[in-house]
Amino acid sequence: MSANQVALWYLVASVFFILALKGLSHPSTARRGNLFGVIGMVIAVLVTLALTKNIALIVLAIAIGGSIGAVVAKRVEMTQMPELVAAMHSLVGMAAVLIAIAAVNNPASFGIGVPMPRGNKIELFIGTFVGAITFSGSVIAFGKLAGLGKKFRLFSSAPVVFPGQHMVNLALGLAMIGFGIWFFLSDPPAHWFPFLVMLAIAFVLGVLIIIPIGGADMPVVISMLNSYSGWAAAGIGFSLNNPMLIIAGSLVGSSGAILSYIMCKAMNRSFINVILGGFGAAEGAAAGGGEQRPVKSGSADDAAFLMGNAESVIIVPGYGLAVSRAQHAVKELANKLGEKGVNVRYAIHPVAGRMPGHMNVLLAEAEVPYDQVFEMEDINSDFGTTDVALILGANDVVNPLALQKGSPIYGMPILEAYKAGTVIVNKRSMATGYAGLDNELFYMDKTMMVFGDAKKVLEDMLKALE
Amino acid sequence: MTGTVDPTVLNLIVFVLAVFVGYHVVWTVTPALHTPLMSVTNAISSVIIVGAILAAGPDQMDFGTIVGAIAVALAAVNVFGGFLVTQRMLEMFKKKEPKGGTSGK
Repeated sequence: MSANQVALWYLVASVFFILALKGLSHPSTARRGNLFGVIGMVIAVLVTLALTKNIALIVLAIAIGGSIGAVVAKRVEMTQMPELVAAMHSLVGMAAVLIAIAAVNNPASFGIGVPMPRGNKIELFIGTFVGAITFSGSVIAFGKLAGLGKKFRLFSSAPVVFPGQHMVNLALGLAMIGFGIWFFLSDPPAHWFPFLVMLAIAFVLGVLIIIPIGGADMPVVISMLNSYSGWAAAGIGFSLNNPMLIIAGSLVGSSGAILSYIMCKAMNRSFINVILGGFGAAEGAAAGGGEQRPVKSGSADDAAFLMGNAESVIIVPGYGLAVSRAQHAVKELANKLGEKGVNVRYAIHPVAGRMPGHMNVLLAEAEVPYDQVFEMEDINSDFGTTDVALILGANDVVNPLALQKGSPIYGMPILEAYKAGTVIVNKRSMATGYAGLDNELFYMDKTMMVFGDAKKVLEDMLKALE
Repeated sequence: MTGTVDPTVLNLIVFVLAVFVGYHVVWTVTPALHTPLMSVTNAISSVIIVGAILAAGPDQMDFGTIVGAIAVALAAVNVFGGFLVTQRMLEMFKKKEPKGGTSGK
């Protein structure tokens, strides 16, 4: 195959990747979109295989990796999706690093000139360190999401902060760039030393960037790492002069960046603020010492009675729903209420859960029809005419404090559950949410707290309705 | 103006245009599908497997081809895992037959 033919096939694959993303604009076209993505990938891999001589080894590697991927994809539970996505980001990062090492070792196998031209070296440097940061950062994010914090403090879902953190990061970042320049200026084999030092610094930096970011900011982190994995692929594409890698990488990079932006906006915080991290640590400690205020608490039976007699109910799911895997229980309850003629809808806050769209996937898994599930801006105006709002393991996203000037979360868009006729809140305890703030909603006269694990409480409600 | 355009400049052109395309396409993605968006972009960024295949390509086995083969395996986990898990999620978003009892809007 001539170089031109290869490039044209790569163009076809790139177009399929764009169509894959375009398909996701609606659930009805999304599966076709995914198929386009698969077609693009098959074309890309087959065309590249035709260029190589070592086909047996490569097919073996694909078979091993592919079967692991297939098994994981089949077995993973929907509640574990954030961990899985973080783990997959780390693999892209590591693959980028390994490719960069191979390129430094033998540029000829990629058709880059020998010795490697200076221009390609800059791009390789960028691709390498972005890949390394993506890898180690994603490993930390994975640990935080999988709840490994009890075993290793590094994975603690609370922000890990130390004095002078930002200065250390800055110094390491500058050192990394310094070694990158040294790599750029030196010739083989002397360029291995600065290359490897730069790589090591990048790995450390990835860890340091993610540890200060707390659990509920994970939607931003995971989107950001998504973006990084794309930029790493694009960087490698630059150094290998491969436009398809550049296109695919840029698509992914901008997708992750947009998701990060949407998540930040939904918390009314700047990207920089989230990345610098440490949010909630100080306030959390302060709020813990406050006096106990009385709340009205009720049983699951009481709550079921209220909902059974209501005309309309809006359910607000949060991370607590994912933790207790209550998505099927909530669906059963909604069905039961539906049979009684109650209009049941779901309201999803953009940052509910641990990754963008987390709640939607859980509800879809429980076979909740997607026309019952509403985004924040589509349903907020309906809370005022709704009889009961049922809050399941959500806290900050319904905190009316966000409307008060001067509060730490002022300006964060919230689901206006406080406007509903009655508010039923299910939580495990009165612990404050991630922001470490008391939630006025819990103390309102029309609010009833139902303490307990979400799944257990929902099952009790269902029993009471029968 | 004479001479040919440097490949790096061509790459830059491709890059900037692709970022624009990505920006506009991704904004049309419905928020309900943001999780599948992440898993499918993950699979797509694994097209980096192409670079890994080239690294593992040369006939003789040496350090470079072994590193390349490992990278192929890692990226393959993502290619298969990413597309399959996306497929699994999207199946769940399939429009269900309206069963009795679910009161829609």
